[in-house]
Amino acid sequence: MSTGLDLEYSFNELLKGLGLSSEIAHIIWLPFPMLIVLVAAVVGVLVTVWLERKISAAAQQRIGPEYAGALGVLQPIADGLKLLVKEDIIPAKADSILFTAGPVLVLVPVILSWLIVPFGQNLLISNVGVGIFLWIALSSIQPIGLLMSGYASNNKYSLLGGLRAAAQSISYEIPLALSVLAIVMMTNSLSTVDIVNQQSGAGILSWNIWRQPVGFIVFWICALAECERLPFDLPEAEEELVAGYQTEYAGMKFALFYLGSYINLILSALLVSVLYLGGWGFPIPVETIANILNIPINSSFIQVITATLGIVMTILKAYLLVFIAILLRWTTPRVRIDQLLDLGWKFLLPISLANLLLTAGLKLALPRFFGG
Amino acid sequence: MSIAVTTQFICFAVLSLVIIVGALGVVLLENIVYSAFLLGGVFMSVAGLYLLLNASFVAAAQVLVYVGAINVLILFAIMLVNKKEDLKPMKYLNSRRLISTTICITLLSLLIRVDLSKVWKIANPNLSIGEESTVRIGEHLFSDYLLPFEVASVLLLMAMIGAIVLARRDVLTKDISTGLPVDQELIEKSDKPLLIKKN
Repeated sequence: MSTGLDLEYSFNELLKGLGLSSEIAHIIWLPFPMLIVLVAAVVGVLVTVWLERKISAAAQQRIGPEYAGALGVLQPIADGLKLLVKEDIIPAKADSILFTAGPVLVLVPVILSWLIVPFGQNLLISNVGVGIFLWIALSSIQPIGLLMSGYASNNKYSLLGGLRAAAQSISYEIPLALSVLAIVMMTNSLSTVDIVNQQSGAGILSWNIWRQPVGFIVFWICALAECERLPFDLPEAEEELVAGYQTEYAGMKFALFYLGSYINLILSALLVSVLYLGGWGFPIPVETIANILNIPINSSFIQVITATLGIVMTILKAYLLVFIAILLRWTTPRVRIDQLLDLGWKFLLPISLANLLLTAGLKLALPRFFGG
Repeated sequence: MSIAVTTQFICFAVLSLVIIVGALGVVLLENIVYSAFLLGGVFMSVAGLYLLLNASFVAAAQVLVYVGAINVLILFAIMLVNKKEDLKPMKYLNSRRLISTTICITLLSLLIRVDLSKVWKIANPNLSIGEESTVRIGEHLFSDYLLPFEVASVLLLMAMIGAIVLARRDVLTKDISTGLPVDQELIEKSDKPLLIKKN
């Protein structure tokens, strides 16, 4: 197994060459991946917002934004600027501390979860051992922020929206975790890097989607529900609840919610591609191509190409899923709250449990294909 | 002192401060909603302490179970039964407070006494199993701790059935505590009786 590009190692060697100790070099290195991922996440949000506007326009036979930049690509930036300079309002009877803390608590866990998203063998912030479990744990903090902002707004629609959001994310977290567990069982590891490596054997044929089709669908439905995307956007159902827990928010605090929900969507799409679509893997393994072309796999040129290809593949897969999510949003009607809870508890939970059991059985029966 | 050790010490100090102040806030604040949110903060800081001890799996489990499940349920309960009513002032409030403070301080001093009187074994930090701990926890849960693990699940099942029976009062025709017939008018009609037939 080639280790691929290791930027941290090269960077440390470079700084050591300048006469710095390895500890200092490590500290100088630390902020870089975090900054890059943060910037990538925000740019990803801008792209997604633009896509959402354009695709929704296409679905409704409109043109969509077109004056801000070519094809309206600057529209999301204009939106962001508008929110940035808007007056920050805290309602007179709201609880100002909780009202301010709520959006922060919603956004921070989502951004923290980017810690484990791999774009290549060594291209992630930290290959922590608990990996995917960290994401599940962090995403369970979010409902507290939603409840907090719903309660602090001192508005019945906000409170209802907050309660709905929390109920929804609690009920969909369980099937989500169970379908992740099936993958983890096949991989024998919680680390996202190991999960991708386990799928890298035969290119597209060894992706988990073929071995876990049920898990894939359950995970995708639950991920949409966790992101509060239509058909599961009950917490902010306009017709019933004005805008749910966001009703009283304006300016930058609203922007935090907005940013949080889109970052969460991209994160979910990235994780679906990591768990089920082979992560950074190319449909045909790069090693095979290099062998056919008779290029040594360890030359630095090939490694740079492979790393770039890996990043492009990860983002491509994620944006394909984002595209599907946007199409779903503009073509499906919203479910009712009782239908939502029925779907979560009475359908997805038993299905994902059965899937877990089946995976365990297949792992014992066919250890070659299901990770012995 | 190396940079890593200093960072660890600062983190430990901040986390301990948050835990102590937060826990005091949970007990002393008048507003129950603040108490519940602070409790979430305390749970998170405890998870941070686990991280400092190299127990990342336990830390993640702490966040998932205590913050994501228990604390959210507490908040749910508070927000769903948040009645605006003036509570009657309790009798002898000050003497009650005095007694509880005395008991708490006694317990605290007892704990401090225990802490100081025993020489604690400190594991060699170089022997830390780190990421291996997830595997080790799994092995223990499925071998020598299997029985407690399974018994805990039975306990949770019992609690869940109890909660369902209490919440869906249409399965009982009489109120458990008062013995009066249950007012069925306000309860949403279910299509099927759950456990026993209604008369």
